[in-house]
Amino acid sequence: MRLPYFPGCTLHSKAKGFDASARAGAQALDIVMEELPEWTCCGATFPMAADSAMGLVAPTRILASAKAAGKLLTLCSFCYNTLKRTNRVIATDAERRRKVTTFIEEDYQGNVQTVHLLEVLRDDIGFEAVAGRVVKPLHGLKVAPYYGCLLLRPADEMGFDDPERPTILENFLKSLGCTVVDYPHKTECCGSFVAVSSPEVAQGCSARILEAAVKHGAEMLVVSCPLCQYNLDRAQRQVQAGGGPATRVPVLYFSQLLALALGCDEACLHLEGHAVDPRPRLSKWLGQTSQATALV
Amino acid sequence: MILQHLKTEDAIISEIKEISGVDVRACYQCGKCTAGCPLASAMDLMPNQILRLLQLGEHEQALKSRTIWQCASCLTCAARCPKEVDPARVMDALRTILMRRGAVHLEIPKVPAEVLAEAPQQALIGGFRKFVGY
Amino acid sequence: MEEEQGPMAAEPTMVRFYLMGKPHQVPTGLTIQKAMEYAGYRLLRGCGCRGGFCGACGTVYRIGGDYRLKVGLACQTVVEDQMYLAQIPFFPAVKATYKVEDLPPTAETLISLYPEILRCVGCNTCRKVCPQEIEVMRYVAAAQRGDIARVADLSFDCLMCGLCASRCPAEIVQYHVAILARRLYSRHIAKPAAHLAQCVAAIDRGECADLDAMAAADPAKLKGLYNVRDIEPEDLEAAGQE
Repeated sequence: MRLPYFPGCTLHSKAKGFDASARAGAQALDIVMEELPEWTCCGATFPMAADSAMGLVAPTRILASAKAAGKLLTLCSFCYNTLKRTNRVIATDAERRRKVTTFIEEDYQGNVQTVHLLEVLRDDIGFEAVAGRVVKPLHGLKVAPYYGCLLLRPADEMGFDDPERPTILENFLKSLGCTVVDYPHKTECCGSFVAVSSPEVAQGCSARILEAAVKHGAEMLVVSCPLCQYNLDRAQRQVQAGGGPATRVPVLYFSQLLALALGCDEACLHLEGHAVDPRPRLSKWLGQTSQATALV
Repeated sequence: MILQHLKTEDAIISEIKEISGVDVRACYQCGKCTAGCPLASAMDLMPNQILRLLQLGEHEQALKSRTIWQCASCLTCAARCPKEVDPARVMDALRTILMRRGAVHLEIPKVPAEVLAEAPQQALIGGFRKFVGY
Repeated sequence: MEEEQGPMAAEPTMVRFYLMGKPHQVPTGLTIQKAMEYAGYRLLRGCGCRGGFCGACGTVYRIGGDYRLKVGLACQTVVEDQMYLAQIPFFPAVKATYKVEDLPPTAETLISLYPEILRCVGCNTCRKVCPQEIEVMRYVAAAQRGDIARVADLSFDCLMCGLCASRCPAEIVQYHVAILARRLYSRHIAKPAAHLAQCVAAIDRGECADLDAMAAADPAKLKGLYNVRDIEPEDLEAAGQE
């Protein structure tokens, strides 16, 4: 299965672990992620202003470049949300479609379906099939799935999963052999880009999520967004979860666990960049060299 | 506060409608948006209060609030609103009105160097779009 | 700017162009700069090498009856009939100060020095207004994700004329970002030329041409020596250089 792939700015630089592990994990499941030959930033946030078309220009151009394939794969929640919502405007609002497509000089009607890798795993591969390919089952690893906002909301446009009680990440984690931790804050906002203007406020949001996860027994959090990863990972530097001695909870991308469980080459994991080092907890499944580094 | 009919017909109210597509009069003040907002503790006016002020034509108070610049567009409010009012869109419209007038919440040169160096690009891009505008 | 509804140029050898709203008749075939001089102006500003290389004379213009904005270098672009042009001063741009040796060739470097590159909306106006037809938007996208080599490659033909910066709605000065990327590329990414190091070592050992003899030689002899000089050593490819 070949899918055109839009990485987005962050996955190419700051979240290499996300990109590399996803490509490796997908490859192991016979999914080839073909990066678009040319692409620009999608703008990250979906422009809600109904009277302006400027913010739709870049994401529409990206979607148009995949129109032949009819599908576009993304990993990052921000890109997924922006592209999917933009496509809906283009497909349903004739006036704005005319305006934007004329400006970018593309004949695009809104036929591209934006898909997330988790959707592909659930709908095209099937989690049972994924489980069948796992060579390193992550038994005993207590993982709390963290969804964040953009995968799920607005629910009628995203159609990803139930916005209040989603299950896709839970089922994914179970297929890898993990013990899934349920906790109340898994769809609560991590603070998002408010981390740039009011970092303390964003840290407060992230701290509540971590506290809830830890209280329910999580040893690790799994995310699908580099900004969630940044907020949750770094919030632990300043804030102690649970009020007691600092409980360090590593925050991983779902694809890093996928690649690990499927036995992919560990070079794709890029576990070294995390503020809270995941290697000690994962040492059981990591190779000799990784284990040695983790103990240092 | 003196209620005035003229205020509720103000140009700004129709501008908010034009930008966000939301008719603020649909809100019946159930408070679910405020109850679910993860950023509420950082706000001076609560989301439902912003809607109420707009309904009463007191948009200037809404525009001066700290609230609209603490919103992370997480859409929890929109997901829970029983009247499909979408407070997040209203917040976005209020910010847009101010940014189009030239007001910015974030001075790019004042963003700390560590944030510029460490934050993922999407955080900075999103933050600039929401708090600096274009 | 007035738009005169007068008749088209009667004589086929003359064209009418409008400078700051004032019409002038000039012979066909002149570049904008030559046409301005024909019309009696002395060029004190916005004029440089006159060879299409320095970027001083970037010009915007319109053709009467056509709403589209066009661009060109005034020293290279031939005047067209009904051309309306205005001289714009060099667009203000503040260059960041830095030491290239101390900067890693990464996205963080570009973002820390020019954070406004993240404001790019992808409108492509920069590319449309570039007289060198550079894919400016593409290199800004590459800059955002830290692909320094790509920025350097795409921006190679840039003359720093400033037209892209003048039109950017996100207020980015694209050419400053590009030149930083090119400098980072040369300093940190491009392979150092091994033959250069060898040459310098040879000079240090005193194994180079007799400079005193050259200084004393007549110009004709020097020219002859220059024409047959070794530009790149023959074994450059063997040495693994590009």
